[in-house]
Amino acid sequence: MTHPLLVVEQVHKAYATNPVLRGIDLTLDKHEVVALIGASGSGKSTLLRCVNGLESIDAGRIVLGGTVEVSALDADLDVVRRRVGIVFQSFNLFPHMNVLDNITLAPRKVLGQQRAAAEITARDLLDRFGLADKAFGYPDRLSGGQQQRVAIVRALAMDPELMLFDEITSALDPQLVGEVLDVVRELSESGMTILMATHEMAFARDVAHRVCFLDGGVVLEQGTAEQVFDHPRQDRTRDFLARTRGR
Amino acid sequence: MTPVTPDVGSPYVDPVRRDLMHRKARRDVLVASASLVAFVVVAVVFVSTAPGWPTVQELFFSGESFSASIGEVLSAFWLNVRIFLIAEPAILVLALAIALVRGTSAPVMFPLRVIAAIYTDIFRGIPTILLVLLLGFGVPALNSDGITNEPLVWGTVALVLSYSAYVAEVFRAGIESVHPSQRSAARSLGLSASQTSRYVVLPQAIRRVVPPLLNDFISLQKDTALVSVIGPIEALRQAQIDSSFTFNFTPYVCAALLFIALTVPMTRFADWLNARAAKQRNAGGSA
Ligand SMILES: Nc1ncnc2c1ncn2[C@@H]1O[C@H](COP(=O)(O)OP(=O)(O)OP(=O)(O)O)[C@@H](O)[C@H]1O
Ligand SMILES: [Mg+2]
Repeated sequence: MTHPLLVVEQVHKAYATNPVLRGIDLTLDKHEVVALIGASGSGKSTLLRCVNGLESIDAGRIVLGGTVEVSALDADLDVVRRRVGIVFQSFNLFPHMNVLDNITLAPRKVLGQQRAAAEITARDLLDRFGLADKAFGYPDRLSGGQQQRVAIVRALAMDPELMLFDEITSALDPQLVGEVLDVVRELSESGMTILMATHEMAFARDVAHRVCFLDGGVVLEQGTAEQVFDHPRQDRTRDFLARTRGR
Repeated sequence: MTPVTPDVGSPYVDPVRRDLMHRKARRDVLVASASLVAFVVVAVVFVSTAPGWPTVQELFFSGESFSASIGEVLSAFWLNVRIFLIAEPAILVLALAIALVRGTSAPVMFPLRVIAAIYTDIFRGIPTILLVLLLGFGVPALNSDGITNEPLVWGTVALVLSYSAYVAEVFRAGIESVHPSQRSAARSLGLSASQTSRYVVLPQAIRRVVPPLLNDFISLQKDTALVSVIGPIEALRQAQIDSSFTFNFTPYVCAALLFIALTVPMTRFADWLNARAAKQRNAGGSA
């Protein structure tokens, strides 16, 4: 029997008195690519941060790989985070390290890899995403698109089972968005399981196997891209899509 | 008109413009020098025509007294340098430890956090000279075996206590200036809290606090003179002794010159680091 890679069950999360998540249910199978859409402030980032334990939840369960309960109070979050990669909107590369060190830090210190072995993996990944000549560059000398691709490579170097992308193109100039989306597309084609918050509707339609619309702290509607984008069942989904198209 | 295509690495500057810029630079240097000379002349005339000048010159700038005392003051000054060289590393280690303890959140660390907070409050609150006096006279009065009565040791300890409380706050400010997203990014890669501190937060924090730390070093170099109040004969105390024998204040000027000679290179270095950091920030901002 195979279990889903990620199960999110009735998750609640409030910041002080602001309830952000109010009963989220979401399941991801291996190799699935799921897009989270929803208005600004609807809790997309919060949900992603809960999934890899950067935020604790107030109620519900988050289970990884059928066995690891991320939401347990005594969960070993370092173990969870080894299996789940996350890439943020603002890249968050380490500015005092060159690209290669950014990428190899966690494999060396967390997985205990030798520097040489970690660097071989890193260079392969850099090659694969067209960054081979940037290995010794520092983050502030890279374009936004390059920085974001390095951030993706840094997460991939830990060989995660699940990748979380939090609006990874929204801090980029329009002409740089494409190069980052191409990376995500390649990852999805290679079978990576991906949960991504995004404002890029065209991209979500293109790549996501499933689209989830977050509203009022719950997954209000989900389905294939066609179902959600072309035949939304909920009025609020229709409103949201009309507003994003209007922009 | 033929377009000028500069080759990579040699930026193209309009020759006429460059000529004008060079001329302006020469003029600026000329004006600066003339203004300096004028200022010095006025200052010298003002001081040397003051009615008390010959007395001041004899009391503070006597060549004879200078050559008589410079040797002694200089060898006493070696003690200031040694106090500094021993106190400084101790301060850095202690201060970093305090800053790290205060930054922890684990419940087990609670007692240490309280101690560290009290430590900073107390030792930052007491004037350094008072701390030197308290330890220098207080500890020997305890009369306990196994504890040295050497005033030099307790004077140095007082400096370490006082400065480490300050420097800990400098470190703490540096650690807090590293954006929380750096910590999130490190933790999300599976690095533990202490690995995150060691490899991600501290290297960035320390880089940022080097200029203010150098400032504190400079201050410490001067404050080594404070241990003189409990007896050790360092430069200030030696100058005092010499001066009381000859009724001439020139030995003090000797000591002052020695302190300046020690602090100026450090000050220049701090300025240079500050300028470089500012330049890097600007470069980072436009990238
Ligand atoms: N650390 C925090 N402390 C307090 N409130 C927070 C915090 N992080 C998020 N919030 C609040 O939680 C709500 C959801 O924020 P979240 O960032 O998850 O939304 P989002 O869907 O990702 O929005 P966006 O599309 O703008 O990124 C917002 O009202 C936000 O103000
Ligand atoms: Mg967000």
